Amino acid sequence: MHVPDGLLTAPVALASAALSAACVATAAVRSRTRAGARATALRGVMAAFVFAAQMLNFPVAGGTSGHLVGGALAAVLLGPAAAIIVMTAVLVLQCLVFADGGLLALGANVLDMGVIHPVVGYALYRLVAGRTPNGARRIVALAFGSWGATLATAATCAGQLALARVAPPGVLLSAILGSHVVVGAGEAIIGALVLGALQRVRPELLTVDARGDRLPPLALGVFGLSVALALALFVTPFACSWPDGLEQAFRRIGVVPSSARVELAAPLRDYSVPGLSGALSTSAAALLGTLLVFAVCVVLGRSLAPRREREKLTTAR
Amino acid sequence: MRPLVEERPAGRRLVAALLVLLGLGLAPRSLTVVASCTVLGLVVALGLAARIALRRLGSRIALALPFSLGVAGLALFQPDPLASFVVLAARTTASIAVLQLVVLTTPFARIVDALRRARLPRALVDTVSLLHRYLGLVASEMHRMRRARAARTWDDSRRETWRAGAAVIAGSFVRSLARAERVALAMRARGGS
Repeated sequence: MHVPDGLLTAPVALASAALSAACVATAAVRSRTRAGARATALRGVMAAFVFAAQMLNFPVAGGTSGHLVGGALAAVLLGPAAAIIVMTAVLVLQCLVFADGGLLALGANVLDMGVIHPVVGYALYRLVAGRTPNGARRIVALAFGSWGATLATAATCAGQLALARVAPPGVLLSAILGSHVVVGAGEAIIGALVLGALQRVRPELLTVDARGDRLPPLALGVFGLSVALALALFVTPFACSWPDGLEQAFRRIGVVPSSARVELAAPLRDYSVPGLSGALSTSAAALLGTLLVFAVCVVLGRSLAPRREREKLTTAR
Repeated sequence: MRPLVEERPAGRRLVAALLVLLGLGLAPRSLTVVASCTVLGLVVALGLAARIALRRLGSRIALALPFSLGVAGLALFQPDPLASFVVLAARTTASIAVLQLVVLTTPFARIVDALRRARLPRALVDTVSLLHRYLGLVASEMHRMRRARAARTWDDSRRETWRAGAAVIAGSFVRSLARAERVALAMRARGGS
């Protein structure tokens, strides 16, 4: 899934680079709290492990093979911040030493495989695994997280290529997303088998859950917002434009909701920004909407959270 | 006194490559093919000046091309299929050539130096550095484990291949953790924190 140079336009590459830079910087700040020889060595050797694991191909079907991306697995084993650093290091080396993936497209590749894969994978894993996961639940959670992360990564990659007008969005989304439904299943199976093997051989190594590797609110906000912005920028412009169920029902029974009756001056009407057109307009509207919702949530969260919780959040920082 | 080996940081080279790639990306569609051919000519000239065998450069570009051309092939679904494909294929080929030239002419140590000078986070630069140091070791160890596992496994069904592969990756993870502990001890012994 390494995007080479020449396919993405400069604005898409630069927007992706800005989002990934924010996440890598936050992950680096987070890793500063765990500085020292042990943490440095662990990240370096684990990056070598992820790189080597990516080189191990598995037979899929029809003479084709697949390999692990490893972002979700790394996030579950090392924590999301360390996983972002590890995956970014892998992608930087692949680009600058092996010329795998583009230099201008490095930001896009880091965003797709270095940020979205571990963050989405870890979020889905936590969602399914819960607070005290047992063996089987942990394996199912990782499998689901890996599959979902691969799909989110593929959708973002397809959106970036579509926004760069490499091909029509329908063609790109069906080609890339369709094939990654299968690739994601492979990622899920390999991840589950690796986690199962680890649980059998060295269960004490799966300590991320046990030691409560909770992200501070700032890191959580930056990672979550970056993934949301990436999806808003690159995927939402190509969402299905068909009417939803209610609109379809209105059309069938001949009810036309009159916009003349309740005419509010909505600034981003029909998910578009005045003055812009096409996918760019939808992207900009989604970007503004995401930022607005995030700001509202932060303000509401801060004002509604009990004082004790607020103090806890401040000290966690 | 001049040093025996002159240290030339790779930062300028990387920035120059980025600017060329950016220029290619921003070039108007009507000029893309001409711009790409010019960049390709420049890459060949610089390759000759750097005494790189053109065959080596060409084979590395050819190795990276099929995937890019495959994606560019999707442009055939665009309204102006042939022109879109030619523009995309020309730009991709020239961009790949630029990156291959950078990779072939820049030693890894200078890349790390450039990343440090660019003030990238220390955690990332150290991780890239250690990754390069231990990649060969971990990869060869993983391949040895896979070969040993294959020699002990009689069942060559796809299911067993997947199980064996996963066991190799899990085993490699455990060994990598142990190696990380040893590396950390060695770093401390040499004065690391």
